[in-house]
Amino acid sequence: MKKRLLVSLCYLIAGVAAEVRAQSVPKIGFEKYTLPNGLEVILHEDHSTPIVTVNTWYKVGSGDEKPGRTGFAHLFEHVMFMGSQNVGVGVFDKELEAAGGDNNGSTTEDRTNYYENIPSNALPLALWLDADRMGFLLPTMDLAKLDLQRDVVKNERRQSVDNVPYGRADEVILAALYPKTHPYSWSVIGSMTDLSAASLDDVKSFFRTYYAPNNATLTIAGDFDPASTKALVRQYFGDIPRGPALPARPTVAPIVLARDTFIVLEDRVQLPRAFYTWPTVKLFDKDDAALDVLAAVLASDKNSRLYKKLIYEMQVAQSVRASQQSARLASKFEIDVTPKPGQSLMDIDKVVQAEIQRLTSEGITERELARVKNSYKASFINRLASVQGKADILNSYNYMAGTPDYVQQDALRYDRVTRADVQRVARQYLGKPKVVLTVVPEGKTEMMLKANGGVR
Amino acid sequence: MATATTTDAQKTFDRSKIPTLGPPSKVSLPPIVTRQLSNGLKLMIVEQHEIPVADFILVVGGGGTMDPSSKGGLANLTATMLTEGTTSRTSLQIADQIAYLGVSLAAGSSWDASTLSLHAPTAQLDSALALFAEVALKPAFPQEEFERIRKNRLTDLIQLKDRPTAIASQAYASILYGSEHPYGHSLIGNEGSVNAISVADLKAYYRSNFLPNNATLIIVGDVKPAQIERKINAIFGSWQRGSVTPFTFGAAPKAEATTVYLIDKPGAAQSSFRIGSIGVPRSTKDYFALNVLNTILGGSFTSRLNQNLRETRGYTYGARSAFDMRRSAGPFTASAEIVTAKTDSGLIEFFKELNAIRDTVPAVELNKAKRYLQLGLPGEFETSQQIASQLVPVALYGLPLDYYNNYVQRIDAIGQADVQRVARQYIDPKSLAIVIVGDRKSIEAGLRAVNAGPLSIRDFTGRPISQ
Repeated sequence: MKKRLLVSLCYLIAGVAAEVRAQSVPKIGFEKYTLPNGLEVILHEDHSTPIVTVNTWYKVGSGDEKPGRTGFAHLFEHVMFMGSQNVGVGVFDKELEAAGGDNNGSTTEDRTNYYENIPSNALPLALWLDADRMGFLLPTMDLAKLDLQRDVVKNERRQSVDNVPYGRADEVILAALYPKTHPYSWSVIGSMTDLSAASLDDVKSFFRTYYAPNNATLTIAGDFDPASTKALVRQYFGDIPRGPALPARPTVAPIVLARDTFIVLEDRVQLPRAFYTWPTVKLFDKDDAALDVLAAVLASDKNSRLYKKLIYEMQVAQSVRASQQSARLASKFEIDVTPKPGQSLMDIDKVVQAEIQRLTSEGITERELARVKNSYKASFINRLASVQGKADILNSYNYMAGTPDYVQQDALRYDRVTRADVQRVARQYLGKPKVVLTVVPEGKTEMMLKANGGVR
Repeated sequence: MATATTTDAQKTFDRSKIPTLGPPSKVSLPPIVTRQLSNGLKLMIVEQHEIPVADFILVVGGGGTMDPSSKGGLANLTATMLTEGTTSRTSLQIADQIAYLGVSLAAGSSWDASTLSLHAPTAQLDSALALFAEVALKPAFPQEEFERIRKNRLTDLIQLKDRPTAIASQAYASILYGSEHPYGHSLIGNEGSVNAISVADLKAYYRSNFLPNNATLIIVGDVKPAQIERKINAIFGSWQRGSVTPFTFGAAPKAEATTVYLIDKPGAAQSSFRIGSIGVPRSTKDYFALNVLNTILGGSFTSRLNQNLRETRGYTYGARSAFDMRRSAGPFTASAEIVTAKTDSGLIEFFKELNAIRDTVPAVELNKAKRYLQLGLPGEFETSQQIASQLVPVALYGLPLDYYNNYVQRIDAIGQADVQRVARQYIDPKSLAIVIVGDRKSIEAGLRAVNAGPLSIRDFTGRPISQ
């Protein structure tokens, strides 16, 4: 007891010395213009390292797919590396690597991105490669190329979903949370059946619909000369024809669940894991930042509510995570918890519910809010460390917020969150019905989480 | 429509021609300032003023290699416990301070070192450094926190059984090196060793390794050398030097004839492949030749293994190879996750590539690999975090300070004959351990038919089990 007291005293002194000094998020300078064919171009100069990144966003993701053709936007991302009219199969990667660069792409429910990180002198090469597949992909596209990448993507699915513990949880949750027609009701990677069903005609019509300059933004960040770069962009991209009018973008009604849904999924796992998912508001909605803060207050560092209770103090759980997963049309708030061997999820659930209840009725402390805000502030600064990070930020804000120039306003969203906001969103969203999935070891369905006392 | 536009475009320029590139920028890496405190602590400082952050990595010699054979995981648990309580702060208080300051502070361990890393906005530098030093110099190793961490680790070990990739990597190490050699163990230990470790062991490990004359502090970011040296001297200057126990390695086990080790993972959608042999230490004179060799074989996206197994055949999402170089010879490993139905075909293709790399490589392929390594170097030195981690091997293996400045020349000097020589010397298809974790009932017959070597059925830890 004496030792504890001494510790607290030292801590008070250290606490005073550790007053956090204010530091604002720097602006990212940029220039934005649009070519006559509709291609948006964003330039950001940074000459500190002789490298440059080219980051192209196409405004198409799995949310634009049709039921029965899921996984298509991502499969298509792979097809985009399979050569185009002037770039032979394999040339894209070989030429970039020979120039000291690397490249990749990624797909979400909302967008697809492609990037090349290269030494400054290789910028014309990257622009040539990107332009050729934007303008001239179809003349050399055939079933053999599609089939090959279909196999690769099926292996990507095996490696990230089927052969991974708890890997199939996400698609089960999406299907339960959203109605079948909702563009977020299937996973980005898609199902094996749908991947098999994709035809060459699907590829061609998908390309003609979405892979047009008027549905893309090209961001170049790093060590380049703006005048000659603009000339190169005009030369390579300027005469690519504008695509047809884009199909109407999906709009969705907010998700309201009538009651809690309990689901069980058997998997080859040693320990069960419960996933709680609530439907929430979309990215940049007025409650979105407060939900992010709520997630951090519930489960981030050792002092977060659920971590401290379940893992640190009671030691009944092995892991707990919480997140507000924000997207353009709708978001979900998720908590997942894995019990230690021999611990019951029904018991742990009572603690989870009680902690949420306590937070809802008593709110959070100034210290909790300060910890989360300071960590967010630091992460905003860290995202500016690399040109790749900056290019992605510019493209992301351009699409999601309507302007590349949004980093400071985004940081302000978190500055403005109050304790009352966090308490209110906890009550407003986590008080409503949810989807509860338990992944259990094969044959152990009795481990699943069911309605438990005070729960709806 | 596309054709018409191509014709228009060709009036002004020829799209079919790959652009000619100007000369690449000369690689100039930031100068490293070195200092040494009177207690022997070495400092390596690089200034970088792009954004207001700084990175610190304290590199302490030792690491998992020093784990006694019955106490695998000791170095790792000691590092983990640094942030679990000091003589003046509890575990929760440390975590609170890290989040409140908005910094990252993490301890870790490798085979050759323990590391403590700090990433901090410069506005919080003084408070963050005070916490960093306290965690490094005054850990308390509280018993109750250790019991919590131990329980956590034991559960981690149970959960590893769910991950075929983790099973394959661990079994591969134990099959290659055996249980006598440190590299045959897991850095995080096993159930028996974790249960055998006590707080007294952690304290003893800390006392004999965490010494200023066994450590380097790497500092990169928005700092001034003179000023930061004064700060470091004020907080690390009183750290007491001591005698460092040199570690001697036993002989590595003798290589055996190529054998296939099969570990059953019923229902696995893919087979996890780990193929290779004991490789080289970091001090090898063949470092640069091996780097070029591996880039061609499996060290880049366009490498032979990835092109063949992924881009030509679609058997996998990715195939690769690596020489893991440590103080003593670490493993050479070729690896991939192969779809169950193509397990036997995958093995045949692996063998094709491991044999073919011993023949001479075409000049065009050699040059592509060399340029990839040379021209990609500046991209590895962009952020303060990247620069700091690039300096870890310099500190740990005593590389010259101009190591990266000479890197391009050293790669330049590698020719076709060098690649062929090291391929023949270090990759012997007649003496490989082939570990495959997968659905035994689907893949065993096919593997036997390939007949790459005798087939041995093993358990999750790599030990033989009755067939």
